[in-house]
Amino acid sequence: MAQLPDHLLKRAAEARAKAEGRPVDEILAEMKGESSPAPATASASGAPAPDAGSNSGSLRDLDAESTQYGIPKELLERAMFARARKDGTPVPAMAGAAAPAASATAAAPAAGPALAAVVSGPPPGVRTQRLLTVVQAGAIQGTTKEPADKVNVWPHLLAIEFVALLAMSAFLFILSAFMDAPLLEFANFNEQPNPSKAPWYFLGLQELLAYFDPQVAGVIIPGFGLAALAFIPYVDRNPSVRPSSRKFAISLFTVFFMGAAVLTIFGSFFRGPGFNFVFPWSDGIFFDDLLAILE
Amino acid sequence: MADGNGKTSVKSAAAGLGDHIRNSEVWTSIFRPGSPMRADYSDSPRNRAYVVMNNVLYHLHPVKVKRHGIKLSYTLCLGGLSFFLFILLTVTGIFLMFYYRPTSPQAYFDLQALATDVAFGQLVRNMHRWGAHIMVLTVFLHMTRVFYHGSYKPPREFNWIVGIILLLLTLLLSFTGYLLPWDQLALWAVTVGTNMAAYTPVFGAQVSFALIGGIQITADTLLRWYVLHVLFLPFIITIFMAVHFWRVRKDGGISGPL
Ligand code: HEM
Repeated sequence: MAQLPDHLLKRAAEARAKAEGRPVDEILAEMKGESSPAPATASASGAPAPDAGSNSGSLRDLDAESTQYGIPKELLERAMFARARKDGTPVPAMAGAAAPAASATAAAPAAGPALAAVVSGPPPGVRTQRLLTVVQAGAIQGTTKEPADKVNVWPHLLAIEFVALLAMSAFLFILSAFMDAPLLEFANFNEQPNPSKAPWYFLGLQELLAYFDPQVAGVIIPGFGLAALAFIPYVDRNPSVRPSSRKFAISLFTVFFMGAAVLTIFGSFFRGPGFNFVFPWSDGIFFDDLLAILE
Repeated sequence: MADGNGKTSVKSAAAGLGDHIRNSEVWTSIFRPGSPMRADYSDSPRNRAYVVMNNVLYHLHPVKVKRHGIKLSYTLCLGGLSFFLFILLTVTGIFLMFYYRPTSPQAYFDLQALATDVAFGQLVRNMHRWGAHIMVLTVFLHMTRVFYHGSYKPPREFNWIVGIILLLLTLLLSFTGYLLPWDQLALWAVTVGTNMAAYTPVFGAQVSFALIGGIQITADTLLRWYVLHVLFLPFIITIFMAVHFWRVRKDGGISGPL
């Protein structure tokens, strides 16, 4: 049994003294095994163990045990009876047989009536715990984390974000200071401008209208395109994120992305009156979104 | 407090006042422990954690992120900038709402008046319009960067879907806003755009009718798109953004290095 440090012993003794109304010194001495009879382990091995059943040496002083181990007396009693019943040994009042199982842990060696209080186990003043079971630590959400190289969000990430916000604000502010948003003439239902163009992000579609039936260009292609885009994660089963191992996915996406970009640029800059093909450098740009810089 | 000649200098008095305020109960009740705004702030690992943890920011950021995640070259800040632009657009948009009536012909004249009669009116309108264009761009680019990093792969498949919805909502927000100036550009761009929707198989006529609130674009369309633009769509996109950001964190933060 490991030696408890003095200050802890003293704290325990004080607490016990307070609880039992006895002087601290007495309890402390008892704990240290000075005044109270220690269950000398030497005697356990030295003295020939008297037979537990036949000898009154296995008398149990339940009151003493109760105070010593801090276990209510009724429970000790119940345990004693239960054990006796199970083992088929008689239950003498306050002088019962220590269980054979307990005898393995030196229940028997108590030699005289003076030692009756100490039946088994740890030295006086040390409470014991029994290991009932070990509960496996299983989290509700299994987290399998590999160690990662991490940095504090503050200041590292927040500083970057703050600079990005400032840069974007400055850019937008300066842009807006020098470039006015377009405001043409009042809406006139009877006078359609030529050409009339959708907002730029739809100009790729409007460009498609020049080649296909409106139902194909305006609904079916964008509809399927969007669905295909949404299903990418469920179609692309390749778990790798390394560019070298996903050449096909990257090529396919790039082809479509560039296609959309080219169509949009075409619709924006290479289409003039009647949505006919023009060269922006010779025929002029018909793109009202950017009116302010074009003029 | 007092300097050599026995007088209290203005500077030390100000410092004393500052300390007094920063130690007051009101101040410490606003700034939670670990905040750099507190008098007792010091740069320690514990306080660095507290800055995020004890802050509303904790809804967006964990205390720590993977080192590669904060490299500018990884996200290019595109998602964050999309979000920031959305906030800027909300702020400038509220400003514009003070001066705009979604009726014909007032809408058009309100925008004219904005340019001439309202302090910084034109500037704010410009910021709102260019900001909207830039946001469409950043959202598109954000999507491509997510694709090229393969960041949509498990467990992030669903956040990609949420992203697609955000992209659609962004386009719809931009498109509904396009009509509001009620000028020739607005009217005919929207005419062309909604004409495409009318080609929807089977339900074409109904889709078109619901979209423009009638057989053809009228002042009713203006009101309808205004409500969609300033109330309905921002409300919906805010919800989806919340889900989006939440999933970014629940899926383990920014995806791993390539
Ligand atoms: C209004 C539009 C959007 C906003 C405000 C937004 C915001 C964000 C932010 C702040 C992040 C954190 C990482 C980063 O900045 O790159 C993020 C990540 C992500 N976004 Fe978006 N996003 C938007 C649209 C989209 C779109 C259109 C898609 C794809 C179709 C998408 C898919 C994703 C995915 C999969 C992630 C996780 C990436 C990773 O873990 O590396 N988002 N988004």
